[in-house]
Amino acid sequence: MATYSTNEFKNGLKFLLDGQPCTIVDNTIVQPGKGQAFNRVKYRNLMTGRVLEKTFKSGEKVDAADVIDTQLQYLYNDGEFYHFMNPETFDQYQVAAAAIEDVSKWLVEQDECTVTLFNGEPISVTPPKTTVLEVIQTDPGIKGDTVDSSGKPATLSTGAVIQVPMFVKTGDKVLVNTERGEYLSRAKE
Amino acid sequence: MNEPVRDQSDPACSVFSRLQKRAQLLQTLRAFFYGRGVMEVDTPILSAGTVPDVHLRALSTLVQVPGERDKQRFYLHTSPEYPMKRLLCLGSGDIFYLGKVFRDGDLSRRHQVEFTMLEWYRLGFTLSDLMDEVAELIGQILGDGRPVEKLSYREAFAHYAGIADIFTATAAECKAVLDARGIEIVGVDDDDKPLWEQLVLTEVIEAQLGRNAITLLYHYPAREAALAQVLADNPLVAERFEVYVEGLELANGYHELADASAYRQRFVEALASRKALGLEAVPLDEPLLQTLEATPLPDCSGVALGVDRLLMLQQGYADIKDGLPFGLLEA
Repeated sequence: MATYSTNEFKNGLKFLLDGQPCTIVDNTIVQPGKGQAFNRVKYRNLMTGRVLEKTFKSGEKVDAADVIDTQLQYLYNDGEFYHFMNPETFDQYQVAAAAIEDVSKWLVEQDECTVTLFNGEPISVTPPKTTVLEVIQTDPGIKGDTVDSSGKPATLSTGAVIQVPMFVKTGDKVLVNTERGEYLSRAKE
Repeated sequence: MNEPVRDQSDPACSVFSRLQKRAQLLQTLRAFFYGRGVMEVDTPILSAGTVPDVHLRALSTLVQVPGERDKQRFYLHTSPEYPMKRLLCLGSGDIFYLGKVFRDGDLSRRHQVEFTMLEWYRLGFTLSDLMDEVAELIGQILGDGRPVEKLSYREAFAHYAGIADIFTATAAECKAVLDARGIEIVGVDDDDKPLWEQLVLTEVIEAQLGRNAITLLYHYPAREAALAQVLADNPLVAERFEVYVEGLELANGYHELADASAYRQRFVEALASRKALGLEAVPLDEPLLQTLEATPLPDCSGVALGVDRLLMLQQGYADIKDGLPFGLLEA
């Protein structure tokens, strides 16, 4: 198995810790003038999403994790699994609904998502950074009030609820930032 | 960690205003020493011999010396200590160096491989005299009236880590301090006391040093003496200090070792440690060793201060690069 020494550590490096795939979020070398150097490492456990910290004696080695990000098309969900396909090889992957609970509300059929594979199995899904969704329900805005910044809630076709400006109507299509869950603009047809 | 907040409105203007701050700092540092009759010395960066310390990695380059078939290896200095000590032996009197030094393998928000060091030596100064002068200089540069605090190494461990006497504490006691704070360490043997002790200092204590103060940590363990004298009445303790401001290590000073044979002995021990760790052997600075033997080093204390870090603190930069024209990877 490939290994990485601490001097190869950098942000984004994928390695194994107790069998779990992790990615380095921050790597700081701690080098006292007259002492042993250490790497103070913040890493995200890719299975749990938790960010943790460990300090490695410089020169220590870790095993590389077989983690790759791949662009897959979202096909459909059957309640238990979300199904994705590689649009070039037509290979299909299924992801347990529980694993993508927090992003499922941004998934639109046919959209290309970034799916992270660990040993060939999907472990996480990142939807496109922006997506166009239809407003299926929102209260009518107060007439004449087109610039009120406070906005109002709107339910989108995927079930997501976001704040939209007063002028947005049921049936409008809106462009949404999926990372922050924020309204960006009305989408042009 | 937070990203530095930069003025984006006029990037060019902000770069030059930052460089001006740097220029002012260099000028103020020089004025401090010129005003006290300390002579500036511009010692060589390249040298055939280098520091054997296992934790310092000197860069090197090849020089075509006339009359030699093969290019000769020369090392870039990690500090101007050796040539400065030769000058002291030869009777220079008080001297300072302000310029670049090089240490490989270290690139972070607090380090650059190439960095600016202020190093100075004062004849007849005790460790305590020099600590006062360093604190005065740093106080003048930071200019925020923060108090000076002197804390012994032992007191720091007692106060910030709850280890009553670090000199007699066990590896397990040190490790317990880290465990209790949920700090996970990879790659250190359970019984490696010096390393667990170092980790308590860097992972637990350091961040708390110099909070709204200039903290001078002094009387380090003798095994970390480097080229400092050991206390006459306590062979466990070295006459060495470090300066911390807001958790950042700024300076490292010694009551300088004078005995020429002790220099050779500590260098040879360092070479043996290098070999044991599988590190490359390095040539010693023979001219230094010979000068020390021929004309002993006068009683003096010396200190090296990281100028880029001082600028970082003075200007509130989050990254050491913010005070430089270009960092290593942009140069």
